[in-house]
Amino acid sequence: MAGKSPVTIKGVKEGLVFLLDDQCSFDELLQELDAKLAKHEQHLIGPIIHIFVKLGSRQLQEDELEQLRQTFRKQGNLVIQSIESDAHPPDLAGAALMTHTGIVRSGQTLEYRGHLLLLGDVNPGGIVRCTGDIYVLGSLRGIAHAGSEGDECAIIAASYMRPTQLRIADVISRPPDEWVSPEPWMEYAFLREGRMEIDKLSSLGRHRLAVKEFKGV
Amino acid sequence: MGEAIVVTSGKGGVGKTTTSANLGTALALMGKKVCMVDTDIGLRNLDVVMGLENRIIYDLIDVAEGRCRVNQALVKDKRFDELYMLPAAQTKDKNDVSPEQVRQIVESLKLDFDYIVIDCPAGIEQGFRNAIAGADKAIVVTTPENAAVRDADRVIGLLEKSHIASPKLIINRIRPGLVKNGDMLEIDDICQVLAIDLLGIVPDDEQVIKAANSGEPTVMNPSSRAAIAYRNIARRILGETVPLMPLDQKTGVFSKVKKFFGMG
Repeated sequence: MAGKSPVTIKGVKEGLVFLLDDQCSFDELLQELDAKLAKHEQHLIGPIIHIFVKLGSRQLQEDELEQLRQTFRKQGNLVIQSIESDAHPPDLAGAALMTHTGIVRSGQTLEYRGHLLLLGDVNPGGIVRCTGDIYVLGSLRGIAHAGSEGDECAIIAASYMRPTQLRIADVISRPPDEWVSPEPWMEYAFLREGRMEIDKLSSLGRHRLAVKEFKGV
Repeated sequence: MGEAIVVTSGKGGVGKTTTSANLGTALALMGKKVCMVDTDIGLRNLDVVMGLENRIIYDLIDVAEGRCRVNQALVKDKRFDELYMLPAAQTKDKNDVSPEQVRQIVESLKLDFDYIVIDCPAGIEQGFRNAIAGADKAIVVTTPENAAVRDADRVIGLLEKSHIASPKLIINRIRPGLVKNGDMLEIDDICQVLAIDLLGIVPDDEQVIKAANSGEPTVMNPSSRAAIAYRNIARRILGETVPLMPLDQKTGVFSKVKKFFGMG
C-alpha cells in the first residue's frame, strides 16, 4: 500500500467520486477513508457535496455498507448519492442446468440459480426467472427473466417465442405489438450493447463462442 | 359412493352457475341421482337459475353450523325426482364456512347421490378453497376471451397444486361467426395454452338467457344448440365418447342430433 492510497477522491461536475480500492481489507479501507476525510476536513465543510462511491469489484454486506455510510456521515455536508460495485458476472461457467418439466401457469413463478431448461410452456401471467440462461422447449408466452443477478451475457431461447415481456439482467423489453408471422425456427433473445435483440437460435454460435467448444473437430 | 365435480373458472360471468345447473339437470335427465351444491355464499344464484328460490328453507351454513341435517336443507327439483340442490346462504359470506365443513357435507352427500355438482364462486380466495375442498374432479369453464383464459389458467394452476388431478375444460359462449372471422379466440388456441382435456364446447345461445330468467335450465329445451352441447358434456362425464359438435353447419347439426335422440 506504499505507493497508492486505497482511497482516491476525484472531483466531477456533480460532486465528488470516491474510488475505493478493492484489494485491501475492509477495515483498512475504513481507517484510510476516515483519515482522509479528517485530513480534508477544511475542504469538506460548507455547501452540500454529492458524493458517488465506487467500490470496484468489492461486494459489501448490508452491515458493512452501513459502516461505510457512518464514516461519511461524520462529515455533515457529504450526501451519498450512490454506492456501486462493478457488476461482476456471476460465475456460471460450471453452473448446473436444471431441467423442469411442466407448464408455468398464470400466477406461478419458477425461480432458479443457474441455467434452466423448461420442458413445457410458460403461459401468459407466468414468470420464469433465473441467474443464467433460460431455454424453453415449448411456448414462451409469459415473462422470462434471464441473468436476474446482472449477467448481461445470459440468453432466453424458446421453441415458440411469444413472450409478454423479456428481461435480461436489468434490460426490460417487450415484443412489438404485432408479430408479423410465426417463425418456424427456434429463437433466442440476447443483449447487444445494452439493447435486446432476437435472432434465430442457429446464430447463437456467432456471438457465443463457448457453444462451439462442444463440437468435435 | 358418488363423485363430486366442482365447476370453477376464476373469472366471473363466464357461465359457472349456468353450466352447473345444466350439467346437473342433464345428468338427472340421464337417470342419475344428482345433487347440486351452491358454494357462492352471499351471492347465491343457482336456486334462481333452477327456479327453486321459493322452496329454500335451510342452507349450507345452517348445515355447517348444525342447525339442521343435510337432508332437511336439500331442495328437491320440480322436474326430476332424483335432482336436488343444496342452496348457499344469502345473508352470510364466504368466511363463515371452512373448507373442512364443506368437505364433510359433500362427503355425506356422496353416500346418497351418484353425482355432486359443486358451483364455485368467482375468484381464488376462501370461496374457491371451500368449493374445491370436497371435490374429486374439476371442470374449468372459460369463454373465448383472453381475460377468461388467463384466469382459467391461474385456476388450473391452483387446482393442479391441490388434491384434484387433471381438471377438464369447457369453453362456453362460442360464437362461430366471430371465430370464423378471426375476431374470437379459436378453440385450438385455447386448448394449446391451457393444455388440459377439452370436455366440451357450448355455443352462445339466446335461449340460455331466456331459460335462466324463467328458472328453467336450457338443457330441457332440445331445440337449443346450447342444450345439445350440455347434454353431450353430461354424456362425456358418464364415459361415453361423443364427438365435439361442429360449429358452422347450423341446420345439419340439428337433424343429426335429433336423429341420435330418436326425435328426427
